[in-house]
Amino acid sequence: MDKNKSNKKPEKEDHQESRRDFLKASSILTAIAVAPATVAKAAEYNLGEKISAAFETTPVNLTINGVKKQLPVEPRSTLLDVLREQLDLTGTKKGCDYGQCGACTVHVNGQRVLSCLSLAVMQEGKEVTTIEGLAKGDELHPMQKAFIKHDGFQCGYCTPGQIMSGIACINEGHANSKEDIKEFMSGNICRCGAYPNIVKAIQEVKNGGQKS
Amino acid sequence: MNEAFFDKKEYKPLDRVDGRLKVTGAAKYSAEYPLPNMAFAVLVGSRIAKGTIKSIDSKAAERAPGVLAVISHLNAIKVPGYQPKGEHPSEPSTNGQPLRVFFDNKIVSNDQPIVAVVATSLEKAQYGASLVKIQYIKEQHKTDLEANAGDAKLAAAAKKNPKSPTADYDRGQKDAFESAPVKFEAEYVLPTEVHNPMELQSIIAHWEADNKLTVYDKVQGTKMTQKNFAKEWDIPEENVKCIATFVGGAFGNGLHNWPHETAAIIAAKQVKRPVKLVLTREQMFTMVGYRPRTWQKIQVGATRDGKLVAINHQSIGQTSSYEEFTESTLMQTRMMYASPSVSTRYRILPLNVATPIWMRGPGEATGAFALESAMDEVAHAIGMDPIDFRLANYTESDPDKNMPWSTKYMRECYEEGKKRIGWKNRKLKPGEVRDGEWLVGYGMGTGTFGANRGPATVHAELDKEGNLVMHCAITDIGPGTGTAMVQIASNTTGISTDKITFHLGSSEFPNAGLQGGSSTVNSVGPAVLAACNALKEQLITMAAAKGNSAFTSAKPDDLMFNKSELQLGGKSAKTTLADLFKQNNLEKIETTNESKPDENRNKYSMNAFSMHFAMVHVHPFTGQVRVKKIVCCADAGTIVSPKTAESQMIGGATGGIGMALTEDAVMDHRFGRYVTKDLGDYHVPVHADVPDIDVYFVNKPDLLADPVGSKGLGEIAIIGVAPAIANAVFNATGKRVRELPITPDKLI
Ligand code: FES
Ligand code: FES
Repeated sequence: MDKNKSNKKPEKEDHQESRRDFLKASSILTAIAVAPATVAKAAEYNLGEKISAAFETTPVNLTINGVKKQLPVEPRSTLLDVLREQLDLTGTKKGCDYGQCGACTVHVNGQRVLSCLSLAVMQEGKEVTTIEGLAKGDELHPMQKAFIKHDGFQCGYCTPGQIMSGIACINEGHANSKEDIKEFMSGNICRCGAYPNIVKAIQEVKNGGQKS
Repeated sequence: MNEAFFDKKEYKPLDRVDGRLKVTGAAKYSAEYPLPNMAFAVLVGSRIAKGTIKSIDSKAAERAPGVLAVISHLNAIKVPGYQPKGEHPSEPSTNGQPLRVFFDNKIVSNDQPIVAVVATSLEKAQYGASLVKIQYIKEQHKTDLEANAGDAKLAAAAKKNPKSPTADYDRGQKDAFESAPVKFEAEYVLPTEVHNPMELQSIIAHWEADNKLTVYDKVQGTKMTQKNFAKEWDIPEENVKCIATFVGGAFGNGLHNWPHETAAIIAAKQVKRPVKLVLTREQMFTMVGYRPRTWQKIQVGATRDGKLVAINHQSIGQTSSYEEFTESTLMQTRMMYASPSVSTRYRILPLNVATPIWMRGPGEATGAFALESAMDEVAHAIGMDPIDFRLANYTESDPDKNMPWSTKYMRECYEEGKKRIGWKNRKLKPGEVRDGEWLVGYGMGTGTFGANRGPATVHAELDKEGNLVMHCAITDIGPGTGTAMVQIASNTTGISTDKITFHLGSSEFPNAGLQGGSSTVNSVGPAVLAACNALKEQLITMAAAKGNSAFTSAKPDDLMFNKSELQLGGKSAKTTLADLFKQNNLEKIETTNESKPDENRNKYSMNAFSMHFAMVHVHPFTGQVRVKKIVCCADAGTIVSPKTAESQMIGGATGGIGMALTEDAVMDHRFGRYVTKDLGDYHVPVHADVPDIDVYFVNKPDLLADPVGSKGLGEIAIIGVAPAIANAVFNATGKRVRELPITPDKLI
């Protein structure tokens, strides 16, 4: 739950450093260290792309929006970048990349997660739901409808994250009052300032019977 | 013809026309176009604020897997438009010369982009960028506004033209302030604020041929971008295409083409692949403008019974060493109140920082913090209600331009706002009202912004099924431009909104200016109107030519659609669109219409006005401020899209809460670098900070300003909010904070 509360920021610098260290240790350096000279040479001649892909990716099994997938991902790739850059699921947004804005919120095994702070390889066997997976065919999820009805957005960039968070907020039992919703949605920043309308949308869905 | 036979439909709240795309993740923002063979660029910024680059060691980066190029001034291809003498081919709306990225080894601000690492994936580019080693020759930098205030100067535009808005201004008596019975003087500081839209500034640059460039770019003007890059690359304008279908907020930072855009275009040319470049959140603080730190001093002279005698207002705002950024900080001081004597002095201070750019309510929001705080302070000093004080100095015409207002309905705003916020519960004496342990305060502030209008062109097409499709190059950074235009078209024609589509955000579409300065509905709206009327004209001519006599003397205003049936003067014209098209053997009709400002602009002063009211709680021991309620009143002319307009006001008020209470880009002047460089340290309002916001629109058309009757909304939504909160905090506590933001340490 803390992950989505902005008042309580994770120690950002520490966190960044550790991610960076982990990335360094896990991929490129190792790849270069074990790579024969020819590979290093090939990299120089821009063949690096293909060779390093074989070296650096590791398969991960995921269910994304109900579809089982096996993907080759680099160990250092975040779930967010894999969704956006590899799978073209660009509904999940990057607003900061540091866990500070909530734009990248997705559901992993039903819980809201900041995909920019999650490495893709660590999602092995898990179920990921993104904004693209909410509607059933043409029928929008009640939260999507409520956002349209209450104009819970302007530019729309924070919106997928707000919607994913809003649904989770109700499921967590944190939507029992306006104040409660505001507190537990505060990890999702909207610079356009659609907040009061977002809260109205969540309240309506809650009252409309989404279970908590 | 003006008083049509039928009632024009009232503008009703309409769900956003692009709502479905936005809630399903289908809306595509600039970094979200999957082009084949895409490469990714990451920028490395300088670590010093002034000096030169001594060396760049890029070997390790070049050897890293997947890295395609490491680009800097050492190896960047020549940008044909760059002139050797410090000249940049594009014409920024700011004066001066934009930075020429990768041109030479000069460093003019900290985190200036100096290297781009291009690779086959984002991760590879990021890693490559971490391997670049740069050495500098450092020079002493100046980044501190207050410490260098002595170097502030008149803007070049003001030197050239004494009529320029930034030139020195005097009216009335020179020494009026000195001899006033009540004299008030204070200094106010607004810190640097950063737009920080949620979407990071992004571009995909794609050379489709050697001299044919397409950019998917986060900008507020597709035509501006097209022109600038055509000049920069010395290719015909029609060879440059700029796509900005969805823009994830901008608040002004897309009013300028920035070095990172050119960096991506250079990279794409150099690696011969489309290149995607997305700034990091830190880079949003240093590469795409900000609201400049501004110092202001204001003197207000008044009589004891609350008549203004004089206002002297001066300001110093920072700019870069290479561009002269100016804004209209002092303009409203000249015209908001009926002070017989007014002097303004606007100065800029070039520092070793990046160029600022207009941020929502540019200038006016900064100036209003000082002016509207000072009005509150003077009212308090003479023991008057601040609203009564303002009303005692109400202007019935523009005292600066000496012209009548086109429209001004501020009295309505005072009345309604007072009622809605519960002004009667306010005590004249601060610190008198409590709610439990909290101190309660009420405050208000007013704002104004020019009802700007520029030329715009719309293409419209009507098919036999009655579908209306329009195109215009304008962008939508969030206010709901498409929705507003669909409503204007529906209102003009009677065609139902679900049969109307408005395509925007491409330089391929007919001309429109920037989405900025609250000018979109006022400029593009009239073009929509003109196009709709032109289509009606064609239909009337067609019908009359086929012998339908009812149409012979009909005017566009007489004709409306009622489903498929045509109506004249509110009565059935006994013909349908389908019949008419069939008789004429047509599938569709089309038109392209331009609409431009008219000569009324020389006769009237045209402004939108706002008035914001705040009720705050302040904790007497912790100094915590909670905004409990905000009421926003706006005289913005016709409100064509009530639903999105209300959201726009709420958004502006939210920005004002940030301005008043939290936003502060703090620079460590030893290094000329921001220490608050992400959303964890630079605090924009979150859900928990924002109360219910009650919006009231006067909603009376200003038909002198433009045929839609709109005066613009985006800016006045924020102008006056910060002083309203500051004044409420004073009313709660008796403490006057003159340097924003009002953080708890300033109250205890
Ligand atoms: S992008 Fe993940 S929290 Fe901002
Ligand atoms: S809708 Fe623009 S940031 Fe929330």
